[in-house]
Amino acid sequence: MMQNTDIAVIGAGPAGANAALTAARHSLSVTLLDEQPTAGGQVWRAKSTAILDAPNTPETVAGSRLRQEIDDSLVTHIGAARIWQIERSEKGWNLYVLRQGRSEVLHARALIIATGAREFVQPAPGWTTPGVLGLAGATALFKQEMTLPGKRTIVSGTGPLVFFVASEIRRLGGEVAAIITPNSRGDWLRCLPAMVSRPDLLLRGARWIADLILGGIPIWWRHAVTRVEGQTQVASIEFRKLTADWSPTGPARRVEGDSLCLGNGLLPATEAAQLAGLWLEYSLQLGGWVPCQVADGGTDIGGLFLCGDGTGIRGAAAAEIHGRLAGLSAVQHLGADTRAERDRLRAAFHRAARFGMAMTSLGIPRPGLLRLTTDETIVCRCESLSRTDIAAEISSGAGSTNAVKSGLRAGMGPCGGKFCQTTVARMIAETEGCTEADVPPPTPRPPLRPVPVAALAGDFRYSELPIPKPAPL
Amino acid sequence: MRLTPDQSSRIRRKPRVEFTFDDLPVSGHDGESLMVALMRSGHLHLRDAPEDGGARGAFCCMGLCQECVVRIDGTVVESCRYAVAQGLTVTSLRQKS
Repeated sequence: MMQNTDIAVIGAGPAGANAALTAARHSLSVTLLDEQPTAGGQVWRAKSTAILDAPNTPETVAGSRLRQEIDDSLVTHIGAARIWQIERSEKGWNLYVLRQGRSEVLHARALIIATGAREFVQPAPGWTTPGVLGLAGATALFKQEMTLPGKRTIVSGTGPLVFFVASEIRRLGGEVAAIITPNSRGDWLRCLPAMVSRPDLLLRGARWIADLILGGIPIWWRHAVTRVEGQTQVASIEFRKLTADWSPTGPARRVEGDSLCLGNGLLPATEAAQLAGLWLEYSLQLGGWVPCQVADGGTDIGGLFLCGDGTGIRGAAAAEIHGRLAGLSAVQHLGADTRAERDRLRAAFHRAARFGMAMTSLGIPRPGLLRLTTDETIVCRCESLSRTDIAAEISSGAGSTNAVKSGLRAGMGPCGGKFCQTTVARMIAETEGCTEADVPPPTPRPPLRPVPVAALAGDFRYSELPIPKPAPL
Repeated sequence: MRLTPDQSSRIRRKPRVEFTFDDLPVSGHDGESLMVALMRSGHLHLRDAPEDGGARGAFCCMGLCQECVVRIDGTVVESCRYAVAQGLTVTSLRQKS
């Protein structure tokens, strides 16, 4: 099916899809790949085919518009496709794509990586209990399936996402038991100057909070979940007040519920960019490790471009414009002059980024957050390794996440380290008295996503296998 | 008084189909994710962690964490990325059920 394309784009969220649409308008062949069946990314995730009709939201409207634009364009959109390896070739890039149970190779002259973000959840005792979902994960549940995580849900985390999730639970007919957020009202007030640039979004957030207050739902500012209780399902949670540096303090309170949505902000998904050969640099304001980049989505590697939250958490509005810039930069690389077009977009990108980065600032972890992860708390979910296990490895000399991974397998399980490596890095930083920026980031290895062996082995019969003649006795 | 209206009655879904989870009958709407159909039926405990046997279930809901995997026709699949269909035989990865 797919062999050659001028430009390949990984990720069909607001950034990647707009990069693809922009490049396709310049008469280049563009292939847009995404692991979801339909475009939209996490923020504009499409509804499943099981939903015949439902009220619109700002996310469904934006997503439908984007999907229509892709349908009306010359972009080749390939959904339900996972990229598991990226190689540089003489003429560009080879992408190894897993699709319909088979692995195929796509060759592209230029590559745009728009892999977005994933969620960071600070491990707390019991966070592996069934019924605990990621906060961003819960939004996927609402957007795609319009289904609730349980009958009575506790919602906890930083930034605007905690209020969006609580509001969606109420819209879908569920009960919110409590909202628990490490942010204070003061943290939010400090974001106001940046937020007035988007009065529509500011008003929407204010409505979420006003609705919760009118509904009598407790909002615990500057608090965090310190324990999840329940054997095979969430039964209740404990939470405590946080100090200014987010260390838990004071007596534990309890709230009952059958489900918990828990998150602590977003991290740029950098693995694909790293496999393509880019180094990372640390930026607290952009959400942590981000690939080294130059203006307009360019990089120091010829034919490689980046855009969206995978380059730093700036939000969907900035991602759309960043995508257009990266698309134009890729077009420039392939021979057409797009400088004037890019000049016109740059100011809008910076304006949108200002709002998004104010929201990101609410999730910037403070040192005390790590104290939620007690000694017995599981840090590596795949291998069931506790904080004590990992601390022992660090004290025996493991000074990087890669060293902890080699010694303990933390990060070598099915998730590929996506849910433990940040905590491990922060534990190393705390032990060594440095910052996360001083701890070498994890090195991703292919496959970027799990690949069934059958997809690589291909079809054959045992009778076709060459069997060498046995050696004479 | 509420500013966020309850819109649950305005969602129309495809008809239900039947499948089994560890030999128990479960129904879900045709085409929705297996994770969601199981969740709605109260089946949250999908597997046990191989190292310590702890109960696990769906967590990231987007195909990254691998916590929601189940077995269908001998193959381990992510239930958050697998669509419900009539007659599926789904087995948990629990050590004893």
